[in-house]
Amino acid sequence: MSEFVDVEAVKARNKQMIGEVLEAYPEKFAKRRAKHLATYEADKGECGVKSNIKSIPGVMTIRGCAYAGSKGVVWGPIKDMVHISHGPVGCGQYSWAARRNYFVGTTGVDSFVTLQFTSDFQEKDIVFGGDKKLAKIIDEIEVLFPLNKGISIQSECPVGLIGDDIEGVAKAKSKEYNKTIVPVRCEGFRGVSQSLGHHIANDTIRDWVFNKLGDKPARFESTPYDVAIIGDYNIGGDAWSSRILLEEMGLRVIAQWSGDGTLAELESTPRAKLNILHCYRSMNYISRYMEEKYGTPWVEYNFFGPSKIAASLREIATHFDETIKEGAERVIAKYQALTDATIAKYRPRLAGKRVMLFIGGLRPRHVIGAYEDLGMEVIGTGYEFGHNDDYQRTAHYVKDGTLIYDDLTGYEFEKFVEKVQPDLVGSGVKEKYIFQKMGVPFRQMHSWDYSGPYHGYDGFAVFARDMDMAVNAPVWRMTKTPW
Amino acid sequence: MGQNAENIIDHFELFRGPEYGEMLANKKCMFEDPVPAEELERVKEWTKGTEYREKNFARESLTINPAKACQPLGAVFAALGFEGTLPFVHGSQGCVAYYRSHFSRHFKEPTSAVSSSMTEDAAVFGGLSNMIDGMANAFSLYKPKMISVSTTCMAEVIGDDLNAFIKNAKEKGSVPLDLDIPFAHTPAFVGSHVTGYDNVMKGILDHFWNGKAGTAPKLERQPNGKLNFIGGFDGYTVGNMREIKRLFDLMGVEYTLLGDNSDVWDTPGDGEFRMYDGGTTLIDAANAIHAKATISMQEFCSDKTLDLIEATGQEVIAFNHPIGVEGTDRFLMEVSRLSGKTIPASIAKERGRLVDAIADSNAHIHGKKFALYGDPDLTLGLTAFLLELGAEPTHILSTNGGKDWTQKVEALLANSPFGKGCHVYAGKDLWHMRSLLFTEPVDFLIGNTYGKFLERDTKTPLIRIGFPIFDRHHHHRYPVWGYQGGLNVLVKILDRIFEHMDATTNDISKNDYSFDIIR
Repeated sequence: MSEFVDVEAVKARNKQMIGEVLEAYPEKFAKRRAKHLATYEADKGECGVKSNIKSIPGVMTIRGCAYAGSKGVVWGPIKDMVHISHGPVGCGQYSWAARRNYFVGTTGVDSFVTLQFTSDFQEKDIVFGGDKKLAKIIDEIEVLFPLNKGISIQSECPVGLIGDDIEGVAKAKSKEYNKTIVPVRCEGFRGVSQSLGHHIANDTIRDWVFNKLGDKPARFESTPYDVAIIGDYNIGGDAWSSRILLEEMGLRVIAQWSGDGTLAELESTPRAKLNILHCYRSMNYISRYMEEKYGTPWVEYNFFGPSKIAASLREIATHFDETIKEGAERVIAKYQALTDATIAKYRPRLAGKRVMLFIGGLRPRHVIGAYEDLGMEVIGTGYEFGHNDDYQRTAHYVKDGTLIYDDLTGYEFEKFVEKVQPDLVGSGVKEKYIFQKMGVPFRQMHSWDYSGPYHGYDGFAVFARDMDMAVNAPVWRMTKTPW
Repeated sequence: MGQNAENIIDHFELFRGPEYGEMLANKKCMFEDPVPAEELERVKEWTKGTEYREKNFARESLTINPAKACQPLGAVFAALGFEGTLPFVHGSQGCVAYYRSHFSRHFKEPTSAVSSSMTEDAAVFGGLSNMIDGMANAFSLYKPKMISVSTTCMAEVIGDDLNAFIKNAKEKGSVPLDLDIPFAHTPAFVGSHVTGYDNVMKGILDHFWNGKAGTAPKLERQPNGKLNFIGGFDGYTVGNMREIKRLFDLMGVEYTLLGDNSDVWDTPGDGEFRMYDGGTTLIDAANAIHAKATISMQEFCSDKTLDLIEATGQEVIAFNHPIGVEGTDRFLMEVSRLSGKTIPASIAKERGRLVDAIADSNAHIHGKKFALYGDPDLTLGLTAFLLELGAEPTHILSTNGGKDWTQKVEALLANSPFGKGCHVYAGKDLWHMRSLLFTEPVDFLIGNTYGKFLERDTKTPLIRIGFPIFDRHHHHRYPVWGYQGGLNVLVKILDRIFEHMDATTNDISKNDYSFDIIR
């Protein structure tokens, strides 16, 4: 039965449930967590939670750090640059090739996404500083990887604590090799989550790529239809199944940020007529900057599920002439049969199923439409590292009575799921096995559970197939012993 | 359009269609500023040669694809081996997200640990309030029987004093005064994950045995006949610990496993999430001081721990991750000597079965050249087994191995005619290994999941043994210790060899004649 038939009952349950989890905390922290847990009230039009605030210590926050936001998200996928994890060995090791940012290239020769470059700090580097080592590392990269187009230095915690001057090293080496070398101050202790790392990484693209362009000539002649995809990390090929639609409607994609992206594409982006922004959270900063500096407008879009895809294609087309508007309609028509067949096949198996999400970036709101296209209901959602503007945008997606949770702790998540008993939970690898043991179907919604793509029409078919295989797997019948 | 609702294709096949092929080719030539094809080919070939190898081995500062992780990972591993224990990592919170993900990707299990979530203000003022608040929250929510504190590099660089902080947290009422809170400093810039395991194991024993940080009397050792067993950081811990228990039970040995992760990383799917399950009880950890002796399965994971134990008067014995017949023989004979229990006929029979299996199959392994890499103890154990099988280890590499390790491996090699011509590489990484595999090719490579990049580049078939194994499921459930474990390793090696034979003998009407159904 639909969660939202008796909305008042749902709201009352949510209130009671939130009260119960808060009771488990010491008083001071119950008060702090209370601000992050709420029910969406349609008449107020807001999610009612505070966000982008420090996690409380000692709980299982699902968040990561600024390094994860910069190296893991923004910079790491730029394939023809070498990204140095600067500091001790662990950060680079745990994030090594783990995010499925697909790319095409010759790994280790002209592409470096799935290599782990680390300065592997030892005690002496902490005591005496790591700048000399960093300079040497850059020299060694130049010897062994001569086809690299540039280097980024991704700072780990100690770098900022011991007072290293990575900017000085970057400047000197950049001059020596006449090459883009980007120092990034994304130490893990900065900010409250991955989010500051995104922002810092965006700022370094501004300062060390755009502002160093000088009068570099263009690599191609511009057309009135040039756009850049901003904020798609090509997880399982997402950016590709998006790009193809944009090209089919007559646009020319001159850059991908940053999945399967290159330094050349970053450098060309100021020539775009429109920046189209998928992950607002991680790349709104650079989009705003390009608007200010180059006058490039930007538009947010959503390529999850046919309803949102069609709306987005039309929205993007409004920025162009009739040829593109016609192109958008042509693309929507082209994929109608696939969409209809996918929905006809899976909707009967999934209609009415209730979903709880807890993810990062844009997904806690963006995927809701795709679930609804399959007749499913998202009854709870929240952001690992969202800001107030994310929750404002979420208000346009969720129904009255939806449970909203910010920086959800592991404890709260377990209790909510126990109580609500959703038909599907979508979150990350740290959460996956907890809920599966509880007998609740689960999909990883960061890595697409090693599937994908989920973007675009081709991706929606994969999404539908995967949600069905999670929800309707025979294994869930066998959780309890039959005797 | 390649997509079809009746046969939905995902990333494996979707992008191989002509639409995507053309799109990607166009992207490359128009917008990527690609390296010219000839230049790319030239450099690619150059990276395979001896000149490149020399430059690669001349590296002094850059590490590429290391086969090691940082201390705090091992710290969490060790802590999780104790009953009702919550690992509490003092420092930045992102680190803990990484450890939890890393273990979950290997074991396909939840991993519980909390962080004190230190941020910029803690960098300036120290992390005391994070410790006080963090303890209060962790205890309120998760009711642990023990909180095991370790650190990230952030807390170590700013020099937080764990002992004082924990006392302070107790005085402030964050946790009961008598809650067991052992601690260990585990800086990420010293050693590797095996060091972190050692430090936390030592910290926990020290806590129980030596007066709980000045809050209880030190324990007086009253020797009994029991044996302590320490497994060390081990990707096969679930299967291995159960196998060790089985063997000890068969022998009738009285024992304490110190750090038993086998249940917490293998909880059932029965509708209930068990955050804590199994583990060494805290009483057993305390009483372990009275044991007659302690056996460590991994010397390089237990260096400092064994010093602490030896100082109590116990005999300590360290092995190097024994795999195979002779390694298991030595292990069991020591257990027998120390416990006074005989090795039963049933175990001798298991031994006989492993020997029999080797006799059946060794012809396929004999004389084959192997490269292997991994943790110091694991590489020693595997090398010994390969030598028993008549294989020829050729490159043995350990990023976290040092001089001691090198000497041990070389001694092992010197004892066997099959060890001639093998080179040992301490402190090197998998990019060094790439050069080795190109310039001095071998038949097979043994290593963890990251070895698949080497397999792809150099076409050396990979046998997955080590940690982490992310891209094959459930291998951690099967032991590699004991004769039974030796059999598992033998089968792993053989399966890969046979798969490789089949995959290279199926070119129809060219070289399909060795495609035998009986091997």
